[in-house]
Amino acid sequence: MRYVRPGTVDEAVSLLNSEPESCVFAGATDLVPQMQGGRPEPKLMIDLKGIPRLVKVSYSNGQLVVGAATPVSIVKVDDNLKAAFPGLSESSGLIGSDQIQNRASLGGNLCTASPGADTIPSLMVNSARVVIASSGGTRTIPVSDVVTGPGSVSLKSNEFVVEFILDAPPKRTADAYLRFIPRTEMDIAVVGAAARLTLDDADCCTEALVAIGAAAPTVVRAPVAENALRGNPINDETLAEVMAAASAVCSPISDKRGTKEYRRQVAGVLAKRVVLQAAKRAKEKGGAV
Amino acid sequence: MNRTHVTCMINDDETEFLCDNDESLLDALRDEVGLTGAKEGCGTGDCGACSIILNGQLICACLAFAPEANGGTIETVEGMADGDRLHPLQTSFLEEASLQCGVCTPGFLMAAKALLENNPDPTETEVRYAIAGNLCRCTGYDKIVRAVLGAAAQMRKNPIEGARP
Ligand SMILES: Cc1cc2nc3c(=O)[nH]c(=O)nc-3n(C[C@H](O)[C@H](O)[C@H](O)COP(=O)(O)OP(=O)(O)OC[C@H]3O[C@@H](n4cnc5c(N)ncnc54)[C@H](O)[C@@H]3O)c2cc1C
Ligand code: FES
Ligand code: FES
Repeated sequence: MRYVRPGTVDEAVSLLNSEPESCVFAGATDLVPQMQGGRPEPKLMIDLKGIPRLVKVSYSNGQLVVGAATPVSIVKVDDNLKAAFPGLSESSGLIGSDQIQNRASLGGNLCTASPGADTIPSLMVNSARVVIASSGGTRTIPVSDVVTGPGSVSLKSNEFVVEFILDAPPKRTADAYLRFIPRTEMDIAVVGAAARLTLDDADCCTEALVAIGAAAPTVVRAPVAENALRGNPINDETLAEVMAAASAVCSPISDKRGTKEYRRQVAGVLAKRVVLQAAKRAKEKGGAV
Repeated sequence: MNRTHVTCMINDDETEFLCDNDESLLDALRDEVGLTGAKEGCGTGDCGACSIILNGQLICACLAFAPEANGGTIETVEGMADGDRLHPLQTSFLEEASLQCGVCTPGFLMAAKALLENNPDPTETEVRYAIAGNLCRCTGYDKIVRAVLGAAAQMRKNPIEGARP
């Protein structure tokens, strides 16, 4: 195995094309445990952390751009990101310990494609897009088109994620993320839920996105819950529909963290709480970057 | 297999070592450099016994590849004391009896050092979150938390002479 640390996107692209059995990585917090668990060792390891564009958070033209290899310890404390996307800051801050957060990246969290990945629901409710590089140049696709199943992604083997793009949210718009784990730190989600709401001046919901993690083979949107919210005030009746729809969209497995029935129920409860949290924030803040 | 030549600063000393490309930074520190302070408890990022500071950031050395250290700066528990003079955290751990078997201690010391460098006056809750990535099977954590809070108070009163920024 060879180790390389390219300094530009172009260099990384040509390295990736030079060796079919190559693998990009950022924090290696998923890669190392996977290799210990039997994932075949690549011939070429491409460390993305040496490319400045991939390790920064920036703003231009009303867009937030997060480099794919930026440690989540930076993502979670970035002031502008926190103001515009408090839920994404929350989900980034829930990953592992300080040691893990100083290495773990959004690119790695997405491309590991775990159903329980904490940042994917937040990226999805904010309609984040990813810029993907290959020898053909770059293309931009929605985050929701990346994960195709547990551990599998739509990227070709000679492609990698350069950065995430999020549009500044409109007024009276906010997101939130909640996860349920049996302890307060260092565990993988039993269920995670993200919501983003836009409210009008009468606190009626005009736009809603809801995503549930760890309760299906991939993170899933809850369109029925979103429809129940759109055009309605956030009252008990709306919330009851959100709960039922969030539970119904799940196709969970039973494992040591919880049974199917339990996960379905927790998904409903978390969806309700996260919608209330997002609504509270939307009322409190304007929401523009 | 071709071995890679790595040059880096370890505890303020310029250090060179040869490593395999798939070797973890933890194995390289222990087996190539001979610094056995950082321990392997799990090898999967869960226990924090291998905690070190790489380029100013607290990380699990078991999850980093050794060649990543090339050109970088590493701090390990071996660099905490100034000659015979222990770091206030080390003294505080001894005074509070914050260790029994001691396998976890180098990791806790590095995590605590990283915390106090960013936050010299942490609350108990902040200390508990900062050491959430470190497991101890002996002490029950309370004594470790007390030692970190005690050292923080001590260091606010008496900043370490010549401490590195
Ligand atoms: C102790 C511990 C606790 C954890 N806790 C959590 C948790 O609470 N929540 C959670 O969601 N996750 C958790 N994780 C998993 C992991 O830390 C995260 O998924 C992290 O975001 C992965 O990022 P990374 O940069 O380390 O990925 P890497 O390990 O570097 O890469 C992971 C995978 O993605 C690919 N990849 C990486 N970057 C790119 C890119 N830019 N383009 C294309 N492919 C890429 C790699 O080839 C590899 O297959 C934990 C892991 C550990 C060890
Ligand atoms: S040995 Fe690295 S975290 Fe346990
Ligand atoms: S003192 Fe034994 S594990 Fe902490």
